Amino acid sequence: MASAKTNTEDYLRMYRQMVRIRTFEDNANQLYLSAKMPGLTHMYSGEEAVAVGICEALTDDDRITSTHRGHGHCVAKGADFKKMFCELLGKAEGYCRGKGGSMHIADQSHGNLGANAIVGGSMGIATGSALRAKLQGSDDVTVCFFGDGATAQGLMYEVMNMAALWKLPVIYACENNGYSEYTRTEEIAAGSITARAEAFGIEAFRIDGQDVLAVNELAQKLVARCRKGEGPFFVELETYRYHGHHVGDINREYYRSKAEEKDWRENRDPIVRFRTWLVDQGVASEDEIEAINAEIEKDAADAVAYAEAASYPDTSEVDMHVYAA
Amino acid sequence: MREITLSQAVNEALAEEMRRDPTTFIIGEDVAEAGTPFKVLSGLVEEFGTDRVIDTPIAEPGFMGIAVGAAMTGARPIVDLMFGDFIFLIMDQLCNQAAKTHYMSGGKLNVPLVLRTNLGATRRSAAQHSQSLQALVAHIPGLKVAMPSSAYEAKGLMKTAIRDNNPVVIFEDKLMYQDKAPVPEQEYLIPFGQANIKREGRDITLIATSSMVQVAEKAAEILANEGIEAEVIDPRTIVPLDEQTLLESVRKTSRAIVIDEGHQSYGVTAEIASRLNEKAFYHLDAPVLRMGAMDVPVPFSPALEDLTVPTPEDVAANARKLCAGEMIHAA
Ligand SMILES: Cc1ncc(C[n+]2csc(CCOP(=O)(O)OP(=O)(O)O)c2C)c(N)n1
Ligand SMILES: [Mg+2]
Repeated sequence: MASAKTNTEDYLRMYRQMVRIRTFEDNANQLYLSAKMPGLTHMYSGEEAVAVGICEALTDDDRITSTHRGHGHCVAKGADFKKMFCELLGKAEGYCRGKGGSMHIADQSHGNLGANAIVGGSMGIATGSALRAKLQGSDDVTVCFFGDGATAQGLMYEVMNMAALWKLPVIYACENNGYSEYTRTEEIAAGSITARAEAFGIEAFRIDGQDVLAVNELAQKLVARCRKGEGPFFVELETYRYHGHHVGDINREYYRSKAEEKDWRENRDPIVRFRTWLVDQGVASEDEIEAINAEIEKDAADAVAYAEAASYPDTSEVDMHVYAA
Repeated sequence: MREITLSQAVNEALAEEMRRDPTTFIIGEDVAEAGTPFKVLSGLVEEFGTDRVIDTPIAEPGFMGIAVGAAMTGARPIVDLMFGDFIFLIMDQLCNQAAKTHYMSGGKLNVPLVLRTNLGATRRSAAQHSQSLQALVAHIPGLKVAMPSSAYEAKGLMKTAIRDNNPVVIFEDKLMYQDKAPVPEQEYLIPFGQANIKREGRDITLIATSSMVQVAEKAAEILANEGIEAEVIDPRTIVPLDEQTLLESVRKTSRAIVIDEGHQSYGVTAEIASRLNEKAFYHLDAPVLRMGAMDVPVPFSPALEDLTVPTPEDVAANARKLCAGEMIHAA
């Protein structure tokens, strides 16, 4: 594993954030399976090192845009479990007062401009946020998360062109989990993904998205360079989603083998890898790790219970927020 | 008669037309092995192969444009747009290119393609996966718009759409895919521009499209228990619109409510209501009412989402008022 120059506290926070994502998703999946969650949701489990490695290089002033698979980005950017579960259950105390749900969860307090249910739909938004930073002389950076499937959207090429022309402080982070819905990436993406950005003169990187330290080290460098006006950048992160495309995608052997899933889970799990490293390096003991895990599990259980008991928005809210005051 | 689901009906229509016409092909995301997320196309790639059931990248404007070009040069593409909400991504290819080509070429070029997509809220899918956008395309001259309300309509209208020489947009109600209805085994087509009188009645006409036909029929049952006889009419295609059947009904009943799941304002309901006002004015005993989805983005929370779509109770309540002469002076 690559190592970044950070202290013990940073390492443990990164570990904690990854476990928080996994635990959040396990609980969300459970809510779906027990028919307590309205609609469907897309699990981020398996991709934790991507969101955490990148978001740990950001401050609350830095912005991100997220995707339909957005819980991981939201947690990694600092969101609160209670407000997130409330949103997933359509409750008034959710981040979007129940109006957005899983696919539109957003958390302005930590710079998360929101998940998006249109694949590629946030690429313009992220680039616009970066243009605003440049125009207003602000040194914040925007990270645009999107999947391999989203590289097929024309919008990406329009905005990368402008970002490169105008040297915008934006990082395009392509989470390549090998699939877009039920189709393998090779079948929907011709040529190399990083070459797409390079065609615009954008420096592009391809990296193991299961190695949180490597991701974080690269992210720190790129964020610092963006702040100096050297952006934009493009990063392709090789990763894997453990669950189906969404929680209801259970029988998926027709497009993805159990053996492949098992291999990623057992041999490349980002949390297990980092945990082993932490223990090996003497950053934390097994007991300390277990204590962290237990604390997070309790946090999540409490938040779920809280959200289940929370109230739905009052019916009068239905036509509130259509127009800004 | 045998009963099949709306999903099976669409599947059969496509299979029959693809057997009949080798220039047809299906193009869209996850249409082949996956058979779409709603599994409507299951089995088609096994019969027709990947040359005629074509999986695309997530590139809606791209494959829509490709379909337009293929249609202009002798093929009959059937474009699969996974959610009706994605119409916003393909508007240029659909409305500036497909819709206008025949006219702009002085009638020399045709664009015989079908755009299959869906509509409907209350699936807890939030604002970008729940819209009913038929009014947007119905506004554009050159596009035909079909809105099946059951498996029977879904099959007959699809077959007609595929044989039509114009771009046709078909909106299926995504909540209805598993609903069964009697569908004949022998071949049939449903011509465009022919409304279907689902239920006869003398007191009030309920004109409803797609997902709202069931709502209107349930409202008619509620009303029947109270002695109000509602006539329920499904236009089946909103472009072309069977004005004559609608007008005849309204001349008989003197009252009408138009119900469609698109937003209330500037919508399909407004268009139909206004035609009735223009052409049956002297026969009306009450203003023609519009009932659409609330003018709000579809909210995720079930506590809010269910408020946004007309229900049988809402329709019955309005019908009751119209029949009692209560809304004549309504603003
Ligand atoms: C414009 C648009 N087209 C299609 C969809 C349906 N859809 C939702 S997620 C998805 C696959 C996205 O794949 P990818 O970008 O690789 O993200 P992943 O799900 O793998 O994280 C598709 C096709 C959509 N939401 N938006
Ligand atoms: Mg993917």
